[in-house]
Formats: sequence, C-alpha cells, structure tokens
Amino acid sequence: MIVIVDYGLGNLGSVKNTLDKLGVISMISKSKGDIEKADALILPGVGSAKQGMENLKTQCLDKVLINEIKKGKPFLGICLGMQLLFSESEEGNVQCLNVINGKVKKFDSGLKVPQIGWNEVKISSFVKASEDKQKLFEGIPSKSSFYFVNSYYCSPDDKSLIIGETEYDVNFCSVLIKDNIVATQFHPEKSGQIGQQFIKNFIKLI
Amino acid sequence: MITKRIIPCLDMTEGKVVKGIQFINFRDAGDPVVLAKKYDEQDADELVFLDITATTENRNILLDVVKRTAQNVSIPFSVGGGIRSVEDMRLVLENGADKVAVNTGAFNNPKLITNCANYFGSQCVILSIDARQVKKNRWNVFINGGKTNTGISAVEWAKKATLLGAGEILLTSIDTDGMKKGFDVELTKLISKNVNVPIIASGGAGKIDDFYEIFEKGSADAALAASLFHFGDLTIKEVKNYLKDKNIPVRLI
Repeated sequence: MIVIVDYGLGNLGSVKNTLDKLGVISMISKSKGDIEKADALILPGVGSAKQGMENLKTQCLDKVLINEIKKGKPFLGICLGMQLLFSESEEGNVQCLNVINGKVKKFDSGLKVPQIGWNEVKISSFVKASEDKQKLFEGIPSKSSFYFVNSYYCSPDDKSLIIGETEYDVNFCSVLIKDNIVATQFHPEKSGQIGQQFIKNFIKLI
Repeated sequence: MITKRIIPCLDMTEGKVVKGIQFINFRDAGDPVVLAKKYDEQDADELVFLDITATTENRNILLDVVKRTAQNVSIPFSVGGGIRSVEDMRLVLENGADKVAVNTGAFNNPKLITNCANYFGSQCVILSIDARQVKKNRWNVFINGGKTNTGISAVEWAKKATLLGAGEILLTSIDTDGMKKGFDVELTKLISKNVNVPIIASGGAGKIDDFYEIFEKGSADAALAASLFHFGDLTIKEVKNYLKDKNIPVRLI
C-alpha cells in the first residue's frame, strides 16, 4: 500500500488518478498509523513552502515523515514535496524538514516566473554507474520532456545527489536520489506517458 | 529549453462542451470526457476546462464533470468558472484539477487572488481575463461571461493581479473569439510585455499559421484553441509539426 500524504495542499487527486491507472493500490491519508504502515510514501506538491510546513506541523506530520524517511521507507517527493525535504526555502524564508542539506532558491532570471510548461530533463552521466538510478530511468531517454510548474528550485549541498538537470536560464536539479528518497521538481503525474513510466519505475524500486 | 504549449479548451455548460462566437451563439461540441481523452492521447500539452455559465447562473462549478474529466487525463488540467473563494478552489483541486482559473470572482474581490496564492502557491492561480478593444490601443476587462464592461484597462488589471499573486494569465480576446481570423496579436503582445508571468493566448485560432504568429509576434507562452480541434479542422500534432519546422520549440513525442 502506498500512502499519498494529505497535508491539505497539493494535487492529491491527480497523483491518485495516476496510481489507479497503473493498477497500484494507494490511499490518500493524513493518519500517522497509515503513514507508518505504508510500504512507500508520496509527498505531492502544489502550494507554498510556508503553508506546506505550517500544515505539516499543525497535523504533527513533520516528525512522522522524518522518522519514516530515516527508517528507510521508499519516499517520492514531487515539486513542493521535493522542496520541503530541504533545510530551508527562500519562499517565505521557512525552515523545512532538513532531510537533505541545501536550500530552495527563487528563479532569479530574465525569464518568466513561475516556469510553467514542458522542459527537458538531462540525465546525469554518472547515472549509468548505479543500478538503482538506472532503473529509475528505464524506458525514459535523456532529454525527455516533463511538466514543470515552479518559481523555486532546489540546490542540494551534495551535488552528487543530482541525477537529472533542467535548464531554465540556470541549470537546476530536477531529479535527485538520496538513499531511499527520490525527489522530482517536475510533476511525473502530469507528464503524460513518460511521467507514468517514471512513477512505474519508482514503484518497481520499492 | 521550455517549450511553447498548445492547449485545447473545453468550454462547458450544462455538462456539455460548447463553442460560441464572441461569447454567444453556442454550438454543441460533445462530451467532455471523450474529448479530454482524445486530447490526452494526441499529446496536448495541457487541458483547460471552463464552466462558462457558472458565474452568470450564480451557481458553483460542476464538480462531478471536473472529476470525471480529470480521471481521464495524464496532462496538466486547469479548471475555471464561478470560483469565488479559497474553498471553491480547494474543491476543484480536490476533484483533480492542477490549476484554477479565476475571473469575475477575482475582479469583484481581488483579495481572492492573494488568498488563493498564499494557500496553494501562485503557480496554481490563473487569472482569466476577457478583454475587448474599446478604442485604439485600449482594451477593457469584461466580466460576467463577457457581458459587463468594467471600464478598467486589461493592462492595468493584469499588472495588479500579478502583483497580488496570479501566476499565469489566460487572455481571451472577445473580439477575435470564434471568428477564426487569428489570435489578437496586439493585445497579447501588450499584456505579455507588461507582466512577468506566462501568457496563454486565447480566441481566434482559425488556421495553422495563426499559432506561429501568436508565438512569434504576440510573445505568447501558450496558445489555446477550441473549435479548431473539437471539429477536427486540425490536430495538435499537425500544429506542433508546423511550429517545429518554423523553429518554435514544441514538445513532440
């Protein structure tokens, strides 16, 4: 059972629809018990970092999520769900879950903000070296387009976590792996066939 | 590089997709779920669903239709029509929308934009503007399904709304809507140059070159069309192939 974490934000319905289509059993829940029992967790993301952290804290989910991640439970963070894993975010200058060291920064460029639309993900060359990372991109050619909607991007201190990069005036981290955590700045649940393939690959890693 | 988006639009009333000309004379275009599936398979970049009579009929959006449509798409899905509160927006998102368009409700209560953006993030809030040219170089905002001239300039409203937190603008020209004589290039260019958020140009697509023109001359980030796709005049793939040949970045699978 996969639990899509309900923290009152995010396009929970979209993520659930995609899992249903793939025939993966999942539930949307904010219950500590469900989250602890789950085989894997998905933290979706549409919303602001400040509100996101506030909601996680009010529901006491911040500590539950940190614990589950530290226990090694497979975890997929999407968009804001990726950003909340970092130490801090410039969006509302808020302290986040701090399971990945680094900062979430605002796009500071001549381009339009938010970035909205389909953009290419370039798979890092060293991905070939690791079997797990390779599995995550099975059937997904480098430079495939995924759907992005973001004003902020993640900058991990440890650059070796970055397994996919995207260019929007700056090159930013669009996919990372850290132990049991997979996190994407793009929305795989909204990226058509290729996005479904990515989610299928994540499920296979569990 | 980020690509230019081609977006089919489902204008809805009474659970059916319709298409009008200059916001009147609606013609039936079919079942939303069937059309949504078709566009999803044709690799549309996004899908927009507007309940165009929710405001004028003073009712809430048709959530069950939103839900059934959302279940059948794997691409971004934006929904608008009759949104008056954060709670309205939450319900639409809960039923499978990814972004929500506000129009009359935001014009009458601009704080709605800020409240929604603070809660769901700016990237989730589309400001929908229906504009009509009233004199040379001047377009006004019309609300209530295009029926009421607010007297406010579209440029001023676009600037104010983005400051309040709108993350994208869906810009429909009432003058060109349904006329199939091309998008309103002047209006789109004007708004695009005055704000720093993506602009979806809407209204008037009639032939394949209109898409090239709105990206090249109108500085649009996305182009929306309805009847052209609904009635099978063009497919999304044809439009994208054409744009690619003209060096406009598009997503082709």
